[in-house]
Amino acid sequence: MEGNVLLQVKDLETTFFTEDGRVPAVDHIDFHINEGEILGIVGESGCGKSVTSLSIMGLVPSPPGKITSGQILLGDIDLTKQTEKQMRKIRGKDVAMIFQEPMTSLNPLYTIGNQLTEAILLHNKKLKKKEAASKAIEMMKLVGLPRAEELMKDYPHQLSGGMRQRVMIAMALLCNPKLLIADEPTTALDVTIQAQILKLMKELNSQFKTAVLLITHDLGVVAEVCERVVVMYAGQIVEEAPVAEIFKNPQHPYTKGLLQSVPDMRYKKDNLYSIKGNVPKPGSIEMGCRFAPRCDYATERCVTENPPLYEVSEMNVHKSRCFLQETEGIALAERVVEGQ
Amino acid sequence: MQNVLLKVNNLKKYFPKRTTSFKKISHVKAVDDVSFEVFEGETLGIVGESGCGKSTTGRTIMRLLEPTSGSIEFNGEDLSRLSKKGMRQKRRDIQMVFQDPYASLNPRHTVQKILEEPLIVHGIGNSQERKEKVAEYLEIVGLDSYHGKRYPHQFSGGQRQRVGIARALMTNPKLIIADEPVSALDVSIQAQVLNLMQRLQEDLKLTYIFIAHDLGVVRHISDRVAVMYLGSVVELAESESLYAEPLHPYTQALLSAVPIPDPTFEREKMIIAGDIASSVTDTGCKFQARCPYATITCKMKIPDLVEVKPGHSVACHLYSTD
Repeated sequence: MEGNVLLQVKDLETTFFTEDGRVPAVDHIDFHINEGEILGIVGESGCGKSVTSLSIMGLVPSPPGKITSGQILLGDIDLTKQTEKQMRKIRGKDVAMIFQEPMTSLNPLYTIGNQLTEAILLHNKKLKKKEAASKAIEMMKLVGLPRAEELMKDYPHQLSGGMRQRVMIAMALLCNPKLLIADEPTTALDVTIQAQILKLMKELNSQFKTAVLLITHDLGVVAEVCERVVVMYAGQIVEEAPVAEIFKNPQHPYTKGLLQSVPDMRYKKDNLYSIKGNVPKPGSIEMGCRFAPRCDYATERCVTENPPLYEVSEMNVHKSRCFLQETEGIALAERVVEGQ
Repeated sequence: MQNVLLKVNNLKKYFPKRTTSFKKISHVKAVDDVSFEVFEGETLGIVGESGCGKSTTGRTIMRLLEPTSGSIEFNGEDLSRLSKKGMRQKRRDIQMVFQDPYASLNPRHTVQKILEEPLIVHGIGNSQERKEKVAEYLEIVGLDSYHGKRYPHQFSGGQRQRVGIARALMTNPKLIIADEPVSALDVSIQAQVLNLMQRLQEDLKLTYIFIAHDLGVVRHISDRVAVMYLGSVVELAESESLYAEPLHPYTQALLSAVPIPDPTFEREKMIIAGDIASSVTDTGCKFQARCPYATITCKMKIPDLVEVKPGHSVACHLYSTD
């Protein structure tokens, strides 16, 4: 599905200024999301996937965090240049976000109805309360919440985890945003409930053409929901490809290792591959390839020089940040996409 | 035939629940009439979603929670009848590994002290021997002996779980109950810990009860798997048989809900409505409210766990012969 570019992240760097010094949690990343597309960002803890989403929303806690370079273009607006007041208008209306634990993002002291109508009235000052309420009910029915009218009077703690996440999705979609950022939306949920929520998100995506940026650590979720995927490691993008491609033909040793280390429910692997070493703390590796200390293929060059993103396929849709592309890749792979 | 190491019979653990009226005392049946056997040297996986009672089962076997009724035979001895002191001594043979190594290791103690403690409690060895044993076990779980001087916060999550495993191994136990040992870890680290646990099982002839919600992980490590739903075992089978041909509608739904890391893999998804809270009933099968195949019998009668083919038991009226 080829669409127009909705959001373009260019050379984004988000740095945290801590007692131990500068920590670049997001280290010069470039990616884009097309209109109506579902893009996945995968990575392990500390890889910068959540900070990326907070940067887009303008929600990086400051201090200590700050966007230190780059642009985030939504159409022709640069989100990094907006004031807090301007951002508040964009949030919810153009870009909405749902989080892992819906309980922490809902106010426990207000009813569901109260919180939903507040969100509507904030962006539509002209609406009457009653109209807002009926819109909220309509939205709750849309996301598959039963007895929506009664739920309006309930408090968040009266709902189960799956229902709370549905409320969050309803709230996020109230103003019909162009982009929905979902940060580990199903991680706190049981698998049967996860299946319900993922199905809902896919349906809403195809119905309203809302683009989704799905942040997750679960490769199964990526395979099931996303069209394209970006793999992050230690603040950098190490691989980017369409979903079918990354599972069939992973290029970066980290992506390969990650795919091999997931136990597959369909058959028993005799020996589970494991990536040696530990997930690095953000900012702990400054020189060379971030993955080199854990990589089976690492050479001296990898330790001293940070590899650029190489193009793997002709269409410029598959990229990998690994020197292996120079020797093992097809001829086209030698074309450097982005210098460092 | 293998030896039975642990035999759990009709185990129940009810928690009292205050209802709105003061007079009535109702119970949350966290573990409701659970029976199974664990053979020596095998790994029995227990899977289920949150609130299914899998952790309570593990803790009740250890008697970290007192069982409401039922027996727990370990090597022929009923653990539920032991005194508190007697049970404490028995824990030398049964140890536990917890989900969150952050919470289960004392932050004020060095790893040396954490690992030495079980030896002191059980009066094993003198000071010198204990030190040597700590160093030995640190290496067995893939750490170095100098790690003993460090505190838990100085380790990464995966390393901390290695410490948790080492602690469980210190008393040379026969049975290890691992409650979600890898679910707090990153995928790449999870694989390391799973491989470690498998290696240790072979080397030290351990028996595992592996409690987890991740069906892929459970398949990988288990010889047999018990599926729990609202306090009951609904299906129990050899792992190959369970994953290839799940019989209980809940197991079928559970397996079909797991996202598969392969975009080319196509299947009919069976998405069940509702959640665990919406299906609490007093009579009949606990899954009936969410079950697409529920009949009138399911509303009336609680299905027993019956062996329907060799080594494969299921608690569902669909498979009853009468």
